[in-house]
Amino acid sequence: MHSSTLLILLLGLMALAYHFGRKRAISSAGGIARINTLHSLPAYYGLYAALWAGIPAMLLMALWSGFQNEILIAILKSELPPSLMDGLSTGQVGLMVNDIENLASGAIVSGSVTPEMQAVADRYAQLQRFADWAMWLAVLAIAVGGMGYAWSRTQPRMRARNRVENIFMVILVVFSSIAILTTLGIVLSVLFESLRFFQSISPLEFFFGTLWSPQTALRADQVGASGAFGAVPLFTGTLMVSAIAMLVAVPIGLMSAIYLSEYAPRRVRSLAKPTLEILAGVPTVVYGFFAALSVAPLIRELGMSMGFSVASESALAAGLVMGIMIIPFVSSLSEDVINAVPQAMRDGSYALGATQSETIWRVIIPAALPGIVGGILLAVSRAIGETMIVVMAAGLAANLTANPLDSVTTVTVQIVTLLTGDQEFDSPKTMAAFALGLTLFAVTLTLNVIALHIVRKYREQYE
Amino acid sequence: MSTTVEAMGQRVGAMSAAELSSRPDSRATVGDVTVANPRMVCREVDVWYGSKQAIKGVSLDIGKNEVVSMIGPSGCGKSTFLRCLNRMNDTIDGCRVEGSIQLDGQDIYDKGLDPVPLRAQVGMVFQKPNPFPKSIYENVAYGPRIHGLTNNKAELDALVEASLRKAGLWNEVKDRLDQPGTGLSGGQQQRLCIARTIAVSPEVILMDEPCSALDPIATAIVEELIDELRANYSIAIVTHSMQQAARVSQRTAYFHMGDLIEVGETNEIFTNPRHKLTEDYITGRFG
Repeated sequence: MHSSTLLILLLGLMALAYHFGRKRAISSAGGIARINTLHSLPAYYGLYAALWAGIPAMLLMALWSGFQNEILIAILKSELPPSLMDGLSTGQVGLMVNDIENLASGAIVSGSVTPEMQAVADRYAQLQRFADWAMWLAVLAIAVGGMGYAWSRTQPRMRARNRVENIFMVILVVFSSIAILTTLGIVLSVLFESLRFFQSISPLEFFFGTLWSPQTALRADQVGASGAFGAVPLFTGTLMVSAIAMLVAVPIGLMSAIYLSEYAPRRVRSLAKPTLEILAGVPTVVYGFFAALSVAPLIRELGMSMGFSVASESALAAGLVMGIMIIPFVSSLSEDVINAVPQAMRDGSYALGATQSETIWRVIIPAALPGIVGGILLAVSRAIGETMIVVMAAGLAANLTANPLDSVTTVTVQIVTLLTGDQEFDSPKTMAAFALGLTLFAVTLTLNVIALHIVRKYREQYE
Repeated sequence: MSTTVEAMGQRVGAMSAAELSSRPDSRATVGDVTVANPRMVCREVDVWYGSKQAIKGVSLDIGKNEVVSMIGPSGCGKSTFLRCLNRMNDTIDGCRVEGSIQLDGQDIYDKGLDPVPLRAQVGMVFQKPNPFPKSIYENVAYGPRIHGLTNNKAELDALVEASLRKAGLWNEVKDRLDQPGTGLSGGQQQRLCIARTIAVSPEVILMDEPCSALDPIATAIVEELIDELRANYSIAIVTHSMQQAARVSQRTAYFHMGDLIEVGETNEIFTNPRHKLTEDYITGRFG
C-alpha cells in the first residue's frame, strides 16, 4: 500500500481520462465526420479530462502526505497515558514519541520497551493504516470526480484548447516561481542570520577591524579563544587572489579570443574553442590540488632559489591557478562580443587601407570594449566567489599583507572553515559565516548587475 | 528621367519585329569597353566562389573623371565585380579572381602587390552607412592617422575639415565633431563615410548601392555630391535604381548572370539599348 502505487494508479486514470475525454468529444460532435464542429482538436478534450483527473488528486495527495504524520503525532500525544509522561521534559517526550514511531515501523528503539509503550505504538500503527486508506479513498474519489466534471463539461462549444493552454501556463509559472522563491529564501535566511551576528558583533568591528580570529570559547573555562571578528584581512586576501587571477586571465583570455575570432582558420577554431571550453569543465577541486601539489611547491622552490621567503601556501599559487580556471570565461564572452561587431565595421576599415591589426585594435576592440568589460566583471565575480582552489592552495592564516608570496585567506575559505566540523549554531563564530556570505553575495550581485547592464547596453547599440 | 524612359519606350515600340530579332542575343559584350584615358583597366576577369563562377570574362575600363554605373538584376555579379577592384574579395573565403585588373598600368592582383595600400588608392562606400562607433572627427581622421598622412594636429584638423567640406557635411557637423558618428541621420552617415573615404585621397571611389538605405531627399544630396566628386576622382557605382544610373553616370554597364552584356554612354543605353537583355531589363520586363 505504498503511495507510489497510488501515483501509478493516478497516471493510469489520467490515461483513461484522456481516452474517454477524446472519445466523448468526438461523439458529442456527432462522429468523426463532423469533427470540425468542435472548438478544439479532440486531443485537447482528452488532455482537459486528464488534467482534471490528475491535478486536483495529485495536489490532495501531496498535501495529505505532507501533513499526515504531524496530525497523527498530535493525536498520539493527546492520547498518551499520563503514567508515561510523568516527570519528563519536552525534549524527553519528543524522544519517546520518536521511539514509538520507530517501534511502530519495526526499527531499532533506543530504550527498553514497556508494555505501555507497545500499546501506544500499536495504536499509532493502527492510526497510520487508517490514514493511508483514507488517503487512497479520498485521492481516487477526487480523481474520478475530476474526470466526471470534465466529462460533463465536454461539448463542442467548450474551449478545451484555451483551457489546456492556460493550465500549462499556470504549471510553468509555478515551477519558475520555485526557483525564484528558493533564491529569495536563501537571501533571507542569510540576511537574518547576519543580523543576529551583528547583534553580538558590531558591523564597525566586522567591516573595519584588522584582526580575524574567530575561535570563541565553548565553555567558560576554555583558554586561547579571543574571538576577534575584523574581516579586513579576509577582504584583502580575497582581493589579492582575485587580482592575481585577473592578471592571468584577462590578457590570456582576451588574446585568445582575438586570435580565435579574427585570425584563426575555421579548422583551428573548431578544435581550439572546445579545448578552451574544457578548461571550464574541469572540476574546481582538481584545480585545487593542482595548485596545492604542483604549482605551490614550484613557486616555493623558484622563490627560494632566488632568495625570497615563500610560504608553502601562497596567494600567488592560488591566484595563478584560479586565473587559468577563469580564462575560458573571459575568452568565450569576449569572443561573443567581438563576433557581434558587424562585418561592416571591418569592411569599412579595410576599405580605407587599414591592415588587419589596425582594424582590430582601432575599430573592433573599441567597439567591443563595453562587452569585454562586462565579461571581465562577470569573471571577477566568479573569481571572488571561487572556493575550492583557495581552500586547498591559499591557506587559513588571516594575514593582512600585500606580499603575494605570503599565505593569505579569503572570505570563502573562512566560511568553509567556520561551518565544517562540529559547531554550535548560536555562537558568533558560526554566524560570522553568514555575515561573510552576505557580504560576498552583495559584492558579486552588484558586479553581475553592472556587468549585465553594460553587456545589454552594448548589444542594443547594434540591433 | 521619366521623359527618357518615355522616349525609350516610344523608340522600342517603333521598332519592327525584324529589327528586334536582328539584334544580338549572345553573351559577348556589346559596345565599347575602352575609354580614351583609362584609370582602371579590367580584362577577361573571372571570379569564382568555390566552384561557382560569379563573373565570366568581364572587360571594362574606368576612365578618369567619369562616373560608371553598373546595373543589372540581383545576383548578376555587379557588386562582386566592384569588390574585385579594391581586392575586398580577398576577405571572403574561397573567392578566386582570374584575369587582369590594372590601376594606372599596375596589375593589382600582382603577387608582389600589397592590397592594403591599394585600398587607400581605391576607396569604397558601402550599401549600408557604416560609420565606426567613434566621434565624427575620429571617423574622418581614422584613415589619415593609420597612413600617417599628416604631421601634426593642425594639418589633421585641416584635412578633416576639407574632407567633410568636400562631402558637403561640414556645415551640418562643424559644431559637434566630438559626437558619435552613429548618432547622425542615415544620409549624413553615408556622407560621413564618403568624407572618410576622401580623407585618404583615393584615385578611384567604388560605391556599392550607396543610396539604397536612404530616403529620397538624402539620395538627391548624395547624387549631387557624386556629380561634384567626378571633378577629382573616378567613380564606379553599383545601383539598383535605373533612374539613379541615368542621373549620375556618364557610362553604364549592364550585367546579367555574371556576364557584362552591354556597355555604352548612359544616354545611349537607356534610349537605344542594343542588346535584347538590356532592353528587357530597362523596360522592366524582368529584374
